Amino acid sequence: MSVPIILFFVCALLAVVGAVLLILAREPIHSALALVLVMMSLAVLYLLLGAPFVAAVQIIVYAGAIMVLFVFVIMLLNAGVEERTDFSKIAKWAGVPLGFFLLLLIAHFLAHSSIGTAIATGTGAATQAADTRELSTQLFRQYLFPFEATSILILIAILGALVLARKDE
Amino acid sequence: MMGALIALHSEQLMNLHRLAPEVVLCLFGIIIMAVDPFVRASGKRALGWVALVGALLALASVHFLVYFPGTAYSNLIRVDSFSVFVHVIVLVAATLAILGSLDYLDREGIQRGEYYALVLFAAAGMGILAGANELVTAFIGLEMSSISSYVLVGFRRRALVSNEASMKYFLLGSFATAFFLYGIAMVYGVTGKTRIDAVQSALEQIVAGQGHLPALAILGLGLIFVGLGFKVVVAPFQVYAPDVYEGAPTPVTALLASAPKAATFALMLRIFYIAFGSAGDLWFWVIWVSAVLTMFIGNLAALVQTNVKRMLAYSSIAHAGYILVAFAAFSEAGAAAVLFYLAAYVLMKVGAFLVVTHAGQQDEKRLAIQDYAGLGSKQPVLAACFSLFLLSLLGLPATGGFLGKFFAFQSALQVRERWLVALVIIAAINSVIGAYYYLRVIVVMYFQAPSKDYTPSPVAPAVAVALFIAAAGTLYLGLLPGRVIDIARAAAQSLSLH
Repeated sequence: MSVPIILFFVCALLAVVGAVLLILAREPIHSALALVLVMMSLAVLYLLLGAPFVAAVQIIVYAGAIMVLFVFVIMLLNAGVEERTDFSKIAKWAGVPLGFFLLLLIAHFLAHSSIGTAIATGTGAATQAADTRELSTQLFRQYLFPFEATSILILIAILGALVLARKDE
Repeated sequence: MMGALIALHSEQLMNLHRLAPEVVLCLFGIIIMAVDPFVRASGKRALGWVALVGALLALASVHFLVYFPGTAYSNLIRVDSFSVFVHVIVLVAATLAILGSLDYLDREGIQRGEYYALVLFAAAGMGILAGANELVTAFIGLEMSSISSYVLVGFRRRALVSNEASMKYFLLGSFATAFFLYGIAMVYGVTGKTRIDAVQSALEQIVAGQGHLPALAILGLGLIFVGLGFKVVVAPFQVYAPDVYEGAPTPVTALLASAPKAATFALMLRIFYIAFGSAGDLWFWVIWVSAVLTMFIGNLAALVQTNVKRMLAYSSIAHAGYILVAFAAFSEAGAAAVLFYLAAYVLMKVGAFLVVTHAGQQDEKRLAIQDYAGLGSKQPVLAACFSLFLLSLLGLPATGGFLGKFFAFQSALQVRERWLVALVIIAAINSVIGAYYYLRVIVVMYFQAPSKDYTPSPVAPAVAVALFIAAAGTLYLGLLPGRVIDIARAAAQSLSLH
């Protein structure tokens, strides 16, 4: 086994373990730390797929900025240990098995789809390195409109937060 | 060099021409935001008039779309008569909602500039949906309209129901959006494209090669249906609608029940009819089952409501079901019927909710159907308008609602398919069930004695104008539908189905 393959399995395992811990942890702060683990391992996976820009953004934006925000909110709200309610009966007997079934289904389709085989044989999207130059050309030429429209979207979100959080005069 | 620059310049200018309504809406939204801090509380109402001017200018700027058909921003936006038709529906709904909001906000003591800015931004998002020829662009448009709506629903911050509605809508709506996004990712995974026409040709190629659609594409389409089905409120994703429609400020309910539905149905037509045109016999069943469920759930639940807003909410669920009947036809006539139905539906629904806005009185206290007792003798004009909208929702001849249903059922029957005939029969049965709860309100208005200790306030001029426009439009579509149905047919043609 080559180094990238070993690295892939280690990081994939870490990502899954982190995701499970995130849900199972009772302390909100532990959940947040588990999320950092998921994001860091995902960044390595992106790097392995030949997408250094996405990997860097993943670390700077998600593991950096967004996580700081999460931790701040948890500390500001002084969130305590989570109270557990038991699963409802439907969730236990229908939801959980159906969830696993959906997971298997998606995994099966992904493995047998053209992208799955392309990645496995190293002929597909993974080898067309998404380098930063290509990405920025796409973003500022082909996809200029959604990029610009996003700024209005963010403006709406800020305005909305203002409306909902402002004190009544 | 110079020539290239000028060419680039004129291309940019053309892009802006083809986005004229959105540019105008966003511009006025930003103007309102910038001016708002300098306006005293007593003068905030003026910002509403600014918003009204913005909406009307945007409506006028739809002319640019008519004069410059084509594509903008490297084919991400399509300007065709389909987009023009939906733009007009959305902007008329937004204009009427603003007219209905002016006095409502005064009455509730929440006259704020942000309200109008959010309405304009929401309309801009719906405009993008109407013309989107690419899934990521559509996603941004959908989010612009959704996020504005979440906030608008919670605008009566002192009312608990409004907060509850906003929270519910936000949580479930974000969840639905995630489904839509996941669906886009699946479709991209299969085809490597996100542009609707490119997805269409890629899928056609795959079907020609393999003989069937890859499972991943079907999964993607299913996820997209979940996301968009939530926004147009069809079963089984309708659970949230009555609570949200009831809790939202009534003019917001008027907007929410009309414009986003029209814009999202437009996007669904583009995705299902064009991008997934090669899978028509597959999604037919999804639409079929959803249509039957939507009609029955909407109509049966509306029967037992005592709150007018909830009754109208269930009625709008039922109407989404009738629209799905035309949708299932998967033909040009079907698309034209969807468009005509949407035009008629938006007018009567906004009209009905604006009557409820006025009749609710301060703090929206008078929302029970019983509160409408004697409205026919106390405010005969208002009662007549409400009756017209209700009869149109019921589908009485000479109203827009009747012809909407007529064209929808006709387009389904034209296909000559057994299951579509069954669907039309089910829809007809549902129309009969619907008659009960619409007529009940009319009976209460005209044949029950009013409570003595209550004198209704006069209808404000702005609301009266809005009601007049909605009523005139409903009658026009019912009596002289020729011109509009011709335009709807041309719009459906411009979708260029195969």
